[in-house]
Amino acid sequence: MSGSVSSPDDAPPIVVEGLGIRFGDFVVHENLDLTVRRGEILGVVGGSGSGKSVLMRAIIGLQRASEGRIDVLGHTITGVDLDRGIGVRRRWGVLFQGGALFSTLTVGENVEVALRKYYPDLSPELRQEIARYKVMLSGLPESAVTKYPSELSGGMKKRAGLARALALDPELLFLDEPTAGLDPIGAAAFDRLTRELKETLGLTVFLITHDLDTLYEICDRVAVIAEKRIIAVGTIPELIATGHPWIEEYFNGPRGRAARDSHARAKG
Amino acid sequence: MEKSAQYSLVEDGAGGPRLMLSGTLTLAAIAPLERALHTMPGPIASIDLSGVEDIDTVGAWVVLQFARAHEAEITAASEAAQRLLGAVRGIEPGSEIHPPRLPAWERVPVKLGEKVYAARAGLYGVVGFFGQILIGAASLARNPARFPVKALVHQMELVGVTALPIIGLMSFLIGIVIAQQGAVQLEQFGAEALTVNLVGRITLRELGVLMTAIMVAGRSGSAFAAQLGTMKLTEEIDAMRTIGISPVEVLVIPRIMAATFMMILLGFYASVVAIVGGAVVGELALGIPFWTFLARIQEVVPTHDLWVGLIKAPVFGLIVALAGCYHGLQVRGNSEEVGRRTTMAVVSAIFAVIVLDAFFAVFFTEVGWG
Repeated sequence: MSGSVSSPDDAPPIVVEGLGIRFGDFVVHENLDLTVRRGEILGVVGGSGSGKSVLMRAIIGLQRASEGRIDVLGHTITGVDLDRGIGVRRRWGVLFQGGALFSTLTVGENVEVALRKYYPDLSPELRQEIARYKVMLSGLPESAVTKYPSELSGGMKKRAGLARALALDPELLFLDEPTAGLDPIGAAAFDRLTRELKETLGLTVFLITHDLDTLYEICDRVAVIAEKRIIAVGTIPELIATGHPWIEEYFNGPRGRAARDSHARAKG
Repeated sequence: MEKSAQYSLVEDGAGGPRLMLSGTLTLAAIAPLERALHTMPGPIASIDLSGVEDIDTVGAWVVLQFARAHEAEITAASEAAQRLLGAVRGIEPGSEIHPPRLPAWERVPVKLGEKVYAARAGLYGVVGFFGQILIGAASLARNPARFPVKALVHQMELVGVTALPIIGLMSFLIGIVIAQQGAVQLEQFGAEALTVNLVGRITLRELGVLMTAIMVAGRSGSAFAAQLGTMKLTEEIDAMRTIGISPVEVLVIPRIMAATFMMILLGFYASVVAIVGGAVVGELALGIPFWTFLARIQEVVPTHDLWVGLIKAPVFGLIVALAGCYHGLQVRGNSEEVGRRTTMAVVSAIFAVIVLDAFFAVFFTEVGWG
């Protein structure tokens, strides 16, 4: 554990400055700035195709930035080969949109992959124990541990993906539309689980979502991507107060109002 | 400095010693401690966490399992440690993450039984698949307007036209090899003029069509299986069924027709190119002029040799396409299955083609086309 020395514990885990990403002539992001605070759940919203997933891929080093700089957990990601790198990968976990579970491995074996790669000195027994309790910590029944992804329902796949993201006890968790495609009960349960895990494990969560309920229920702050950059970051009332037309329509549209009302009812 | 986890034992009387843990109890540092705890003899009365600087769920899990094994009490846990212990406390210990596996003496008969059942199911599947194709063909015959002309032409291009260079090159080289090697042997009897007979008859009867079928199985049979298998996985085929489009009509029948028809042309083309290859060797190495070689072919090769090849070709094409489409549609589950089925499609197609070729060889000789 040499990596964490350079970052004091209260430094923001993600800092993006002046990020520019383009595919050929097509500009996805231009001069995008974003800071994620330690210990928060930051929701990222934006229209389809506004580059939410691209931003996440850039932060986790899967997408090269054309300009700008990204610091994650005190390490500069841009211009660095993460394969030969700095061990920062083992300090974050990623849940991809479709789960992206390795289809030829059981759920437990999926979780074990990263443990095996980064901590070969763990005894196999302990490694398997860890993998197993991570799966159950993600709210799956014991019987799911030895099942293959194709035998799981959509909601269970997301939980299995979450277990894999949590395999290394990360400080930082990236969730790409975790509740998309889940039924309302499953989505609410997943939101609760995210919140609980964040509190028990002390996680910082970067959460891309279209789900207004998720935004109201569990996000500490929300960042809005539009016009190729982050146009506003803040709590939902703060965002609405900016009066930006897109934000206005997003939160004050029929779905936005319904989510807000149900949130208000639940609170009061 | 590497962070690590330390432990010490303190004797304070009642019930056994107290285990003092300190340092970093995280995934990165836990391995040596866990090994030490594993072999530690009991009894341990309590576990003191007051010296722990950092802990994660892995540390909490290891501490908790140790406490459970020795019925020890955990004391002086920080707030964070208590939270993590609470999170993993509800989970029963266990380490099974692999699918259940039977012992070898049970597994062998079980696997054998499964294979037998799978073979039966496969037989049903093949018969059912033939039935589907017949039904699809019949309904297309009744509604010719529905016939997927575009798909057929596209498949004919993929199976036939784009295969011309590789099959041409292969056949040309085979022609050269047969002529050259044949000439070396026939020379010993002073019969190198018979090289023409050898090249002409063997390529038209056997090798032109057989090698082409193998090449088409590798090129197109595998492509059919992989395409249909992937479409099966992405639920495209289910989507077609829902809309009321028969996947057999729009996917399978064009491919089968294209492969069957193009095999005739490709087989003939391959034979012709192989003869040209032989003629080139004749010109360069045997002193038989190129055009004389071709003219001799006409005289020494009976027409029924051509028919033998042309009758076999569509049958081989049909087999290759059937195997590819059948295995593609059998894909279910995961992406590994696509690869497995593609391999099965190619292997079973080539095997069936070679077995049938042997049958044809005997049959045509017996009916007087020797």
